[in-house]
Amino acid sequence: MSTAALAGAAGQRAPLNWVAIDADPRFQSLHQKKVRFLAGLMIFSVAFYFLLPIGAAYFPQLFSVKVWGPLNVGILFALSEFVVAWAIAYYYARRANREFDAMARELIADAENIGRQS
Amino acid sequence: MNRRMGLYLAAGALALPLIAFPAFAQGAVGTEWRWLTFTVFAAIIGMTMFVTYIAAKRVKSAADFYTAGGGVSGLQNGWAIAGDYLSAASFLGIAGLISLYGYDGFMYSVGWLVAYITVLLVIAEPCRNIGKYTLADILAYRNDPKKVRVVGAISVITVSTFYLTAQMVGGGVLVKTLIGIDYEISVIVVGTLMLGYVLFGGMVATTWVQIIKAVLLVTASILLVMFVWMPYGFSLPAFLQAAVGDAKVQAQVATLLGDASKNMTPAELGQRFLEPGLLFKAPIDQISLGMALVFGTAGLPHILMRFFTVPTAQEARKSVIWAMAIIGGFYVLTLFLGLGAAMNVGAANIRAVDAGGNMAAPLLAQFVGGGPDSFMGNLFLAFVAAVAFATIVAVVAGLVLAAASAMAHDLYVGVIRSEHVTPQEQVKAARIATVIVGAMAIAIGIAAKGQNVAHLVALAFAVAASANFPCVLLTLYWKRCNTGGIMAGMVIGTLTAIGLVLVSPNMTYPKAIKAAAQKVVDGAPARLAALNDALASGDAARVARAEKDKAGLEKAVAAAQANLEKFKNDNTSLVGLEEPLFGLKNPGLISIPLGFLAVILGSLLYRDKRAEDMWDELYVRQNTGILAAKAHAH
Repeated sequence: MSTAALAGAAGQRAPLNWVAIDADPRFQSLHQKKVRFLAGLMIFSVAFYFLLPIGAAYFPQLFSVKVWGPLNVGILFALSEFVVAWAIAYYYARRANREFDAMARELIADAENIGRQS
Repeated sequence: MNRRMGLYLAAGALALPLIAFPAFAQGAVGTEWRWLTFTVFAAIIGMTMFVTYIAAKRVKSAADFYTAGGGVSGLQNGWAIAGDYLSAASFLGIAGLISLYGYDGFMYSVGWLVAYITVLLVIAEPCRNIGKYTLADILAYRNDPKKVRVVGAISVITVSTFYLTAQMVGGGVLVKTLIGIDYEISVIVVGTLMLGYVLFGGMVATTWVQIIKAVLLVTASILLVMFVWMPYGFSLPAFLQAAVGDAKVQAQVATLLGDASKNMTPAELGQRFLEPGLLFKAPIDQISLGMALVFGTAGLPHILMRFFTVPTAQEARKSVIWAMAIIGGFYVLTLFLGLGAAMNVGAANIRAVDAGGNMAAPLLAQFVGGGPDSFMGNLFLAFVAAVAFATIVAVVAGLVLAAASAMAHDLYVGVIRSEHVTPQEQVKAARIATVIVGAMAIAIGIAAKGQNVAHLVALAFAVAASANFPCVLLTLYWKRCNTGGIMAGMVIGTLTAIGLVLVSPNMTYPKAIKAAAQKVVDGAPARLAALNDALASGDAARVARAEKDKAGLEKAVAAAQANLEKFKNDNTSLVGLEEPLFGLKNPGLISIPLGFLAVILGSLLYRDKRAEDMWDELYVRQNTGILAAKAHAH
């Protein structure tokens, strides 16, 4: 029901002052932290991913170096892609759960008052 | 009324395979074991039908139909995303690629998981916070709703149709190969079942069918891997050592490398299977495909739609984390499935049933159960076959729901009726659109029989990455983005991606095929003479090798002559080209930057006050979930 209720709830309540919320220092702080964090993580993950096809294509000798029995650098690197993807997901979720969600909750609780004091 | 119709439909769908009995051709399952296969199929179909029956009672509003009323939990949605995403192509296809090409097949699977990082970081939560039912809802938030709904819906229907065609044709071929039912009948069975789930159970039933299928798929894979890996004490080096030491694996590498393998020892041949380069020869193509995967997944309408089914951004986040755990874990398992099939079944036997390697996992299941003549072997094969079947039905259901929502919610309700509809009319429109899309899927599936549709999945990803992804990303994160940018991005992204594929090496070029065939035919007498010399040499090893080569040569000449005959009067491809204009098989490398450029230029050249005025509201809401979270708390 939440999506259906959403339109109704938004219609009944006095409209929020979005410009003021956007300008609120707490929102600005959330926005800056989030954008910096997400952009950094995104660039790192894309770069790390493309190392795999690039490495396989241009450094096949390196990928063929045996590390442990028949286990070679190429297989370890491909497996590391999985581990890194999971680590990024875990790292993001931890930061979002602990930090971003708390900052957002504070804004949600205060949203109706922002920009209306005067 | 719904309930009774549902029962009729269930009875009809269950009866269809029985009608199909006389139409059997030869499949992977032996004739005497068909009853077993059908028992397992009936059990799984019966289970999904029961879920649909329960779900049908809960579907009352448009929100129930499109998004299960937003009442799906993060864990459930994670499994459903995995069920939506692990299509037959990724389940059977990647295991098959690894079984035939080793390392390159495994490398291919990585991009499918990394794609979810994009979904997790920049798409899932904002879309949950501001979206309602469809991709175009996100675009319509601050842009001209009617205009962006039209282009958004067209793009969604295009992407879904490409993906759907590949699934229907692939599914028809798969069911035919596995159990020998006629192609047309398997397409109709898949289409009817899927229509039953979506029409009566909407998103509730679709979600549960996807969850059931994902659980079955993961269970089947874990069981298979246990059997394959156990003999080596669950040691990775020991398992790999067995793979590289296997004569069948070494023979496959020798076949792939041809003359280049002449001076290699068996140990070197085996080790080569774990090194890159047996499948992918063009690095740029690999990177282009990687871009389409990594950015395209975040623009796939049936994946985006899944985030509207959870109540909050936190649950959306949780669902991507679960999906990444399940999908990633599954792809790691495919390494064992593929290598296990390569050494236990052997590439030659896998290719004998299906040249693309799609039967690797099912044949491995038959092997670990005890082989083609055993009860357990056929029970395992039947189980994997039924899971593959459920996979196609579940993926198709998600796609049909996405296309139908674009048609009913965006085009009909949003554009034609300007949002002036009663709730009853909304649900009715959704169901009518579902029937239209479902009938279209069956018709396209039958019409495209025998066509090579494998590249359509890659094309769907390319369009999603070049049109949908830039539009969604920039409307969420870039203040200046507006209606002009969305229109330009959708149109140019879609057209470039499709246009580049039409002039790419994916198409059939009769002139090149004929030239290659002519070369084989012309070169045959000289090679035959050389082989006859070898046959007369008396050296046992040389004679054996020459005999094998001669059989291969005769086959190649016959195939070349068939091609010469087939394309006798053709000289150009579908779009009238003698050779590809564009060298890449995947257009992503060019079309994704062009899509972004189109959104940016279109926005800068267009004035749209509403898009600017609405920015603060959109940006605050997508970041905080204000209103979305409140509505949930009430």
